[in-house]
Amino acid sequence: MWESFLGLYNYWIVILLMMAGFYIVMSRHNLVKKLIGLNIFQSSVFLFYISVGKVADGTAPIIEKGIFSYSNPLPHVLILTAIVVGVATTSLGLALVVRLKEAYGTIEEDEINEMDAAD
Amino acid sequence: MITATNLALLAFLAVLAWAIARIRNLFVVTMLAGIYSLLTATVFVLLDAVDVAFTEAAVGAGITTVLFLSALLLTDREAKPRKNRLASLGPMVLVVLLGAALVYTTLDPRMPHYGDAKAPAHGRLAPEFLADTVKQVGADKPTATHIPNVVTTTLASYRGFDTLGEVVVIFTAGVGVLILLGGNATRRRRRNPAPREESSGAGSSGKGAGA
Repeated sequence: MWESFLGLYNYWIVILLMMAGFYIVMSRHNLVKKLIGLNIFQSSVFLFYISVGKVADGTAPIIEKGIFSYSNPLPHVLILTAIVVGVATTSLGLALVVRLKEAYGTIEEDEINEMDAAD
Repeated sequence: MITATNLALLAFLAVLAWAIARIRNLFVVTMLAGIYSLLTATVFVLLDAVDVAFTEAAVGAGITTVLFLSALLLTDREAKPRKNRLASLGPMVLVVLLGAALVYTTLDPRMPHYGDAKAPAHGRLAPEFLADTVKQVGADKPTATHIPNVVTTTLASYRGFDTLGEVVVIFTAGVGVLILLGGNATRRRRRNPAPREESSGAGSSGKGAGA
């Protein structure tokens, strides 16, 4: 029981974080907050990949004398790329938010929708 | 000991996510998001992903926080309270159901447990990369000319094209940001003289020049 709790705990936290991010994106009207929710969602996926790559008793994948067990380096490589791409998309999203603020004077999604409906 | 640290750090992440959902002051939320990134980086160190931890601490906790702070400077500091509290009930029900379904799938006996060396993810490619790097390094006599870090060698060789694609994405995002925010002249031309935009136009174009 305890063993399977420890074996699955990382996945459960990943699911919790992913759902928290998803909830923030859906339920909050503030666009900056939505972007932070997206970031939480994204980092939960990173955590999942890295958790999958971990090997018990393994070390960081840097070749060294006398060490024979390394964690899986492939998820690390994939996630390194994903982190940088994530920042690029975040910056683009924030630029859009700034433009929306200039055009509508607000960054609340429901107010923007109301203005669009009134036009 | 490491297991206990892992448990505690991941629990902290969950608490932070909850706080980020609750708090309306966007400056506080941004700072919490920075702490969240830093904690994620610490977890990555525990999970043997030192390169990822490096990048997350520099890019996730550093650059992203700066980007959010500059966006806050140009927009609002405070999220408005929700008018209709019941409106977030639907999303809550949805994420609870979806989360329960996902947790249920992890209970499948075929789901590899954390740290399982026999998990299918460790099957074919990773041992190849490790063996290649060991061959280059020469197993017991590391030289200065060869790189012992498997992540670095894989990133530069096997996934070289992928890294090129990453650079293209960053370039595209940079061009996009420049088109959206760059140049006041372009923006003035685009702005049509509707009354509500006149009212906010003067202040925001002044701030835009400062960015």
